[in-house]
Amino acid sequence: MSITTIIQVFDPALCCSSGVCGIDVDQALVSFSADADWAQQNGAQIERFNLARQPLAFAENQTVKSFLDSLGAEALPLILVDGEVLLSGRYPSRAELAGWASITLPAAESKQAKSCCSNSNCCG
Amino acid sequence: MKFLKEPPRFLFFTGKGGVGKTSIACATAMQLAEAGQHVLLVSTDPASNVGQVFGITIGSKITPVDAVTGLFALEIDPQAAAQHYRDRIVEPVRGLLPESIVKSIEEQLSGACTTEIAAFDEFTALLSDSALTADFDHIIFDTAPTGHTIRLLQLPGAWSGFLEEGKGDVSCLGPLAGLGKQRTQYKEAVEALADPLRTRLILVSRAQQSSLREVARTCEELAAIGISQHYLIINGIFPQSEAAEDALAAALFLREQAALSAMPESLRALPSDHVTLKPFNMVGLEALRQLFSDKEQHSFSSKEAITLNAPGLLTLVDDIALKGKGLVMFMGKGGVGKTTLAAATALELARRGLPVHLTTSDPAAHLTETLNGNIDNLTVSRIDPRAETERYQQQVLATKGKELDLEGIVLLEEDLRSPCTEEIAVFQAFSRIISEADRKIIVMDTAPTGHTLLLLDATGAYHREFTRQSGKTEQHSLTPMTRMQDTKQTSIVLVTLAETTPVLETANLQEELRRAGIEPWGWIINNSIAAAGSHSPLLNRRAQNELKEIDAVARLYATRYAVVPLLNEEPTGANQLLKLIHGQVTEHTI
Repeated sequence: MSITTIIQVFDPALCCSSGVCGIDVDQALVSFSADADWAQQNGAQIERFNLARQPLAFAENQTVKSFLDSLGAEALPLILVDGEVLLSGRYPSRAELAGWASITLPAAESKQAKSCCSNSNCCG
Repeated sequence: MKFLKEPPRFLFFTGKGGVGKTSIACATAMQLAEAGQHVLLVSTDPASNVGQVFGITIGSKITPVDAVTGLFALEIDPQAAAQHYRDRIVEPVRGLLPESIVKSIEEQLSGACTTEIAAFDEFTALLSDSALTADFDHIIFDTAPTGHTIRLLQLPGAWSGFLEEGKGDVSCLGPLAGLGKQRTQYKEAVEALADPLRTRLILVSRAQQSSLREVARTCEELAAIGISQHYLIINGIFPQSEAAEDALAAALFLREQAALSAMPESLRALPSDHVTLKPFNMVGLEALRQLFSDKEQHSFSSKEAITLNAPGLLTLVDDIALKGKGLVMFMGKGGVGKTTLAAATALELARRGLPVHLTTSDPAAHLTETLNGNIDNLTVSRIDPRAETERYQQQVLATKGKELDLEGIVLLEEDLRSPCTEEIAVFQAFSRIISEADRKIIVMDTAPTGHTLLLLDATGAYHREFTRQSGKTEQHSLTPMTRMQDTKQTSIVLVTLAETTPVLETANLQEELRRAGIEPWGWIINNSIAAAGSHSPLLNRRAQNELKEIDAVARLYATRYAVVPLLNEEPTGANQLLKLIHGQVTEHTI
């Protein structure tokens, strides 16, 4: 790969990246935090922006801003890959991340990622 | 005074609101200035009266105190600092992003930790070497950053990501986002704090169990992050000579002595000073000069008990009884007597034949144990905050952490150490009980703050949206926040003391609840000497001061209120608790 794919994640205003401050912990968010870590260690370039910390990043990105203008906070989380919106309102699975970042999943990993999708709601 | 021997450059006074930090800081600053030193006194007390003490106006610029050569003062308003801090983040996007989004960002930055960090941000410059402070031999602060603030600033993770590059995935560091200075400055400030050659941290407490316990906790927390070498001041000790004046004075003296002899172990080893309660207000130079003096002080106050015409607890309980069911939550700072008042209220309601469930988070639990199972119509349960927090952490790690790899678990554990975890864990436990309120009166000795409710509700809204999109059907018809907003279902009672700082802190609490659309139902001013009546001149002077605060609560803050007298003994057991409701005398004719 000559050009690295940039995955940008625009999080809702959460005080913690894993969202454990909610009344019920959001499994999707917890899993995603770990998946993002994993993908980064495998060479993916992921940038996360928290609405409460870096609102300017939301306002300055025309794509993000127009999503917020029309959908409000429900547009979040918003995931851009190389500047294009690929997901809105939910976090990607490990398999999706791997696909975008061209990381080859080991057999066991990909199986695990799949079972996560079929068993729980984390992939919608 | 031991804490005044060979003082280093920086002196910090720490302790909970109302223990007298500002008076002690003022007296210290004056003493050092009168000894020929150049001294800067910095107050970050939200109720700062440094200007009043010296009879001048100070504000946010370094101002000379003309009456004392070499003394300068500066007031930092923590609320204004926090607002300034929020503006730094929010202003650039106001008008650019939808209003609802801007609001949610502001709420994220409205917690207690943001206020603290904002104040720390303001005085960071005073701790590092700069032209601003070069002329001062001593800089004296009437407050100190908490362990939580310092830990945040020490975390390497706080700096590696967004603060330097404007991006990154950092845990629980939202409050740090508005810091306005360079990392090196904070590093320098934290180093100065931890260096005993430069900094002395002086814990200030009253001779009361709750106050001492809190100071001990601060001491242990700071020691754990390398800030040790503390000093201790026990302020406002009731003098033995006064104990002969009447039964209340004698009881107070004995209670304080008992608290001192049962002092937590971690405090015993500290160099400590005792400051006796003075028979005058700490205003003016002469009063400050006498604060540290042991000389017998004569009181000019009268021995005649003063008259207070104020409603007692009975009137509030009557109103609650009329509702017949719903939630009654007692809210306020630690040590103001929430558990006692909640227990007395629950007991009285049960005596009137109403079904009552009393829930306390009292760590001691003695009080509630004596009631459990012995009173008709009354059930008692207890929430142990520490156990709830641990259980919550374990539950999260077990359920949500099980699919995570090692790195993921480390990240999750870090998030679970955040200070909001305890409030959320306790809140969850409460939520389980709250649903009973349709059938019974639920009396609780604590409640979540408006800030927590807003945060949880925001996440809740997001969660609902998420479940809708993911096709899961789950109904959240009535959230705890909507229940608390409904004054037909919920009565929030704010508990405070008749002293300046506690009243101000409670007014802030009320503002925060109003931000969440919750209107407090009433106020209780607890442990009032004016309501108890005394023949001790010293106590009467305090009673006289109370009147001003009671008046402020009645006129400015509360829609309904009650004043509860200080009892000779800490009430335990049903009979003594009922005294708080029935046994009070609000008028004295002696």
